[in-house]
Amino acid sequence: MKQFLSFVKKEFYHIGRDKRTLFILLGMPVVQILIFGFALTNEVKNSKIAVLDNSKDEASNALISQLDASRYFDLEKNLVSFNQVEEEFKRGKIKLAVIFPEHFSEDLLHLNKAQVQLIADASDPNVANTLINYASAIIMDYQSRITGNRKLPYTINTEMRMLYNPQLKGAFNFVPGVMAMVLLLVCTMMTAITIVKEKEMGTMEIMLVSPMRPQLVVLAKAVPYLLLSIVNIITILLLSVFVLELPINGSLTLLMSESILFTVVSLSLGLLISTGAASQQTAMFISLVALFLPTIMLSGFMFPVENMPLPLRIISNIVPAKWYYSIVKSVMIKGLGLQAIWKETLILGGMMVFFLTLAIKKFKIRLA
Amino acid sequence: MHSVIVENIIKTYGKKKEVAALSAISFEIPKGELFGLIGPDGAGKTTLFRILTTLLLADSGNARVDGFDVVKEYKSIRKRVGYMPGKFSLYPDLTVEENLNFFATIFNTSISENYDLIKDIYIQIEPFKKRRAGKLSGGMKQKLALSCALIHRPSVLFLDEPTTGVDAVSRKEFWEMLKGLKQQGITILVSTPYMDEAGLCDKVALLQNGKILSIHTPQGIVDDFSDPLWAVKSTGMLHLLNDLLALEAVKDAYPFGEFHHVVLKNESGKKELEQFVQSRAKDHAVMQAVKPDIEDCFISLMKN
Repeated sequence: MKQFLSFVKKEFYHIGRDKRTLFILLGMPVVQILIFGFALTNEVKNSKIAVLDNSKDEASNALISQLDASRYFDLEKNLVSFNQVEEEFKRGKIKLAVIFPEHFSEDLLHLNKAQVQLIADASDPNVANTLINYASAIIMDYQSRITGNRKLPYTINTEMRMLYNPQLKGAFNFVPGVMAMVLLLVCTMMTAITIVKEKEMGTMEIMLVSPMRPQLVVLAKAVPYLLLSIVNIITILLLSVFVLELPINGSLTLLMSESILFTVVSLSLGLLISTGAASQQTAMFISLVALFLPTIMLSGFMFPVENMPLPLRIISNIVPAKWYYSIVKSVMIKGLGLQAIWKETLILGGMMVFFLTLAIKKFKIRLA
Repeated sequence: MHSVIVENIIKTYGKKKEVAALSAISFEIPKGELFGLIGPDGAGKTTLFRILTTLLLADSGNARVDGFDVVKEYKSIRKRVGYMPGKFSLYPDLTVEENLNFFATIFNTSISENYDLIKDIYIQIEPFKKRRAGKLSGGMKQKLALSCALIHRPSVLFLDEPTTGVDAVSRKEFWEMLKGLKQQGITILVSTPYMDEAGLCDKVALLQNGKILSIHTPQGIVDDFSDPLWAVKSTGMLHLLNDLLALEAVKDAYPFGEFHHVVLKNESGKKELEQFVQSRAKDHAVMQAVKPDIEDCFISLMKN
């Protein structure tokens, strides 16, 4: 035990004295949360629009000011002719053009039917769709207000409620994703690299010719990174609660224990990689390609897994981050308890046992 | 009682076992002996060390260290040997003291417990104990590495090329230290590519291409050298060497310091050499009889 502690202490010296790496390890989650929170967001806000108002009457004016007042749109330009519409799109500043025909108000009030044209820049189809939806919603809203209590023959009112995330904040989606990513990076890659580093430096050779059990050498390497990861989890949670205003709806203890479980899974993976890799570059490459990319692509964080073809959906099941991502979403956002996530927990637990056993089994007690 | 017993160790590398690193090596080292393994780079020294320190498995053959089998009882061996690899293998970002402390704990001991053993060595680097190991000079690194390998009072000490890349003064000091350790009853197996260090061992084995060419005390090796040996020098040394090799009576000639050493096939060859030297009087050629030293012996063993 004393050997083990001494080894852990030595590991802390390594980490503490490599200030640059330590800074990256601790700073990475902060930077990622801030970047994802404020810069990289798929929420549509303040999109520039242009308006061609051929009628300039009461109704069109009211609609335009409502569009402009919403936080989704900013009125960039009032156009005077239809030719200008395409010009503006080509200039690339506006995302949406709203065109009112002549006599808009009159038609609306007397014929009970008026038309408004929405032209969107669909070079990014998702954004175009969202913009059209927002604009339609504002127009519908206006319509229902002028209709007032008058009875229309047939109407179906849709009433929507966005559960768990009423404001449709992107943070609900990416905070769990960033947590999975950061933990994986810190634990898997760093552990793999530091063990391989001992091999490269030749210190592993001395460690092997010592009474210390090789398995302990490897486990001792993992401990500091476990602690570092816990610090990172706390940083991410603090940032998301206080900076991104994302509440933790479920039990904090449950969230922390699940995160630690995932951390241990990542650590075991790192240990497993280190048993196979001969150089630090290889270790890094394997960690990135075999873990980092699948985590981003197949965990459901960037792209919904449900929409993927069957083979990818099957593969996604072996990505630990997928399960962790779903756990964090359930606990943190939906506020669910252990009974809702026992399956995911069990899978992660199984993965931990599997990877750890394999890593210890594969650990070479000799050089070749 | 032998500290190290090696019997017919064979080790090959490569998929088809095409590279022979050690071909049927056998030797024994009695307890408390300073045993030198001399050989050029690639002779198989490191491979042999790794087999004896349980880091590699031999293809066939047996080896015992301190009475334990290197394969079956590797755990016992790992508890009682000290190993210093050829490459500096301490933690460069830990200080001298931290490194030593760390290795002491790993071996279930403490610096104070075995301080008397490492005192003579450690005292030289103690003024720098707060310095990071990576910032030490080559000689000091070696001393620290030796201290770390000794901290648990090993019964057998394996030193793989400890003096390679170390300056002449530090090398001399290092060998003095080894003599001191020998007196403590520690068996020491040391490898080196420097033949001049062979004379400092109790017994040496000359290793080349995975084969042991000779095992003897340094004196024994010198005594085995029976051919007449002369030293010749003149201006134009390169020409001289070629001309010497062309002589009928010369078995071998090679540069040796400021002279060329000339090995004659037999005593009667002396005449031909004398005539040759006289014919080169204008080049200031001189010859003198020399006693073979261990280097001459190795050169002759390696060429045969």
